[in-house]
Amino acid sequence: MERSSLDVWVGIFVVGGIVALLILALKVGNAGDLLRAGPTYTLTANFENIGGLKPKAPVRSAGVVVGRVASIDYDPESFNAVVTLKIEQRYSKFPKDTFASIYTSGLLGEQYIGLAPGGDEKVLANGDRISKTQKAVVLEDLIGQFLTGRAGEPTAK
Amino acid sequence: MVDRGWLGISGIGRRAIDIFLRLGFAARFLGLTLVNSGVCLRRPRLVSREVYFSGVLSLVIILVSGLFVGMVLGLQGYQTLRTYGSESALGVLVALSLLRELGPVITALLFASRAGSAVTAEIGLMKATEQLRAMEMMAVDPIARVVAPRFWAGVISTPLLTAMFTAMGIYGGYLVGVVLLGVDEGSFWSQMQNSVDFREDIVNGLLKSLAFGFAISWIAVFEGYDAPPTAEGVSGATTRTVVTSALTILFLDYILTSLMFRGL
Amino acid sequence: MGGSGCGKTTLLRLIGGALRPSAGSVVVDGEPVGALDRDGLYRLRRKMGMLFQFGALFTDLSVFDNVAFPMRERTALPEPIVRDLVLMKLHAVGLRGAAKLMPAELSGGMARRVALARAVALDPELIMYDEPFTGLDPISLAVISNLIRTLNNALGATSIVVTHDVRESMKILDYCYLMAEGQIVARGTPEEMLASEKPYARQFFHGEMDGAVPFHYPGADYGTELGLGDHGR
Repeated sequence: MERSSLDVWVGIFVVGGIVALLILALKVGNAGDLLRAGPTYTLTANFENIGGLKPKAPVRSAGVVVGRVASIDYDPESFNAVVTLKIEQRYSKFPKDTFASIYTSGLLGEQYIGLAPGGDEKVLANGDRISKTQKAVVLEDLIGQFLTGRAGEPTAK
Repeated sequence: MVDRGWLGISGIGRRAIDIFLRLGFAARFLGLTLVNSGVCLRRPRLVSREVYFSGVLSLVIILVSGLFVGMVLGLQGYQTLRTYGSESALGVLVALSLLRELGPVITALLFASRAGSAVTAEIGLMKATEQLRAMEMMAVDPIARVVAPRFWAGVISTPLLTAMFTAMGIYGGYLVGVVLLGVDEGSFWSQMQNSVDFREDIVNGLLKSLAFGFAISWIAVFEGYDAPPTAEGVSGATTRTVVTSALTILFLDYILTSLMFRGL
Repeated sequence: MGGSGCGKTTLLRLIGGALRPSAGSVVVDGEPVGALDRDGLYRLRRKMGMLFQFGALFTDLSVFDNVAFPMRERTALPEPIVRDLVLMKLHAVGLRGAAKLMPAELSGGMARRVALARAVALDPELIMYDEPFTGLDPISLAVISNLIRTLNNALGATSIVVTHDVRESMKILDYCYLMAEGQIVARGTPEEMLASEKPYARQFFHGEMDGAVPFHYPGADYGTELGLGDHGR
C-alpha cells in the first residue's frame, strides 16, 4: 500500500542522514581518533615559549602521531608554559632523556610537538616530566634577529 | 506639510505595533505548538508522513546542489591555493567551509523554499477550505493534529539534509580536486582530518542547522496558520515564509557563528 | 434561512462554540456553549456533526480515511470495526465504491456526500449544515436534500440547516426561522412561511426583485446625479 512505501522512504532518508553524519565524523573529522583512542598516559613538559601551540595539537615522533596536547597551563613560579601531553599507551617506551620541541608544519602551518628519543635506559612513566625541551621558534623574533644582525654588520666591519 | 509628516510618523507607529502584535502572536503560537506536541510522540506515524513530504521530497535538490557547491568550491579553492603552492590544503578548505557555513546555510535556504513554502501553502489552504475549522468541530485540535507534526518534521529533517548536503559537497570537492585537477589524494584527506575537529566543526555545524530547522518550521507553520483564508492570502503567506526564513537564517547564522567560533 | 450576510453562519458558529457570544448565551443540550472551557467544549462537540459549505474534506486523505478520521481521532475502536463503520456510512450516501478515491477526484456533489458521511460518522445528536445546497447541479441537489432528511430520520437527530435555497429546503424542513440583519423576522412551518404576509418574508420566499429590500442601493437622486437637478422632474 502507499502507506508502507512512504515509510520505506522515510526509513531510507533517516538512515541516509545518519550515514552521512558518520562519514563526516569518521572520514572528514577526527571523531575516529576519539573513538579509536585507546588507553593513554600523561606526560608534562615545560616550555619557555609555546608560540601558537593549541590544545589537541598532535604530538609526533619521527613524523608519526603518537598523542595529542591535552592542556596548556602557565606556571607562575618558573614563568614557563606547562604542556600536558596524552600519549597512547602502546608508545610507552620513550627514554627519560627524550627531547621535546615545538615545530611548525610548513612556513605558516599548525604547530605540533616533536619528540626525539634519547638513549637513556630508563623510560618515561605516567605523570613524568620531560626535562629537555626547546621553545617554539617565533617568527617575529627570527625576523628581529635577522634585521638587527644586518644592521650591526657595517659597524662591526 | 506638518500634516503629512504627522501621518508618516503615525504610520510608522502603526507598523511597529503590527510587527509586535504578530511577533507576540507567533510566540504564543509556538508555545501552543510545543505544548500540543505530545501527539507526535504517541503517534510517530503523523510525523514520519510529514518527514516524507518535507525531507524525502527535498532530497534530490539537496544532493544535487551539494555536489555542485562542492565542485565549485574545489575549483575556486584550487585556483586560489595554487598561487600559494598549497593545493594540498584543498580538502581542509572544502570541508571547513561546507561544515561550518555553506552546508547549514544553503541547506536551510533550499529547505525553506522547497519545504517551508509547501507547508505554509498546505496549512493556509486547509484553513481557506475550512478543513481546520472542520477538524475543530470534530473536537480534534488542529494545532496538535496538523501543525505540530509538520513543525517537528521540519526540525528533524534539516540536520539530516544538512549532513547529506555536506557529505555530498565534500565528495564534489574531492571529484574536482583529486580526480580532475590531480591534488594528492592522501594529503587531501589527511590534512582534512587533521584540521576538522569533531566537536568544534561538525557538532557546531549540526547545531546551526538544528536552529535553522527550528526557525524555518516555526515561520512556515505560523505563516500558514495566520494566512488570510483566501487565494491571495495564501500566496502572500507563502512568499513571506521564504523571505522571512531567508533573512532569519542569515541573521541567526551571524549570531551563532559569533557565539560558536569566538575562540578561533 | 435568510439573505446573504444576515448572520446565519455566525449563528451556527456560535452554536458550535467556534465563536463566543459578546452578549447573551447559547445553550446546547443544557450546556451554555459560550461559558465552557476547552475540554467542556470538545466534550460537547462530540455530540455534534457539521457539514461545511464546500464539504471541507481533508485533501491529503482518501475518502475512506476522511470518514474514518473522526472515529480514529476520537474513539479507540479497533481497525476492523472502523472499517465496517466507514463502509456502512459510505454505503448510506451511495459512495462505498469510491472509498479509495482522493477528494480531488470527486465531483462537487460527491464531495458533499462524503462530507455528510463524515459528519454523521459518530452518530451525532445535533447535525449542522452550513449552506449544503450551494453550487450543486439539480441531481446532486436532490440527492443531498433527500440524504439530509433520511439520515436525520435514521439517526433520530436534530438538524439545523442554514441555507438560502427556498425550493429545496421547503421540501425537507419541519420548521423555519427567517433572519434579516441579525434578527429573526418570521418563523413557522413551510406552509405558514410561504403564505406569510410580512413584507420581507414575502419578498424572500417568492423571490421578488423589489420590496422590503429595495433594488436600488441608497444613493443621491438619479436625476440630480445626472445633472438634471435644476430642471426638476
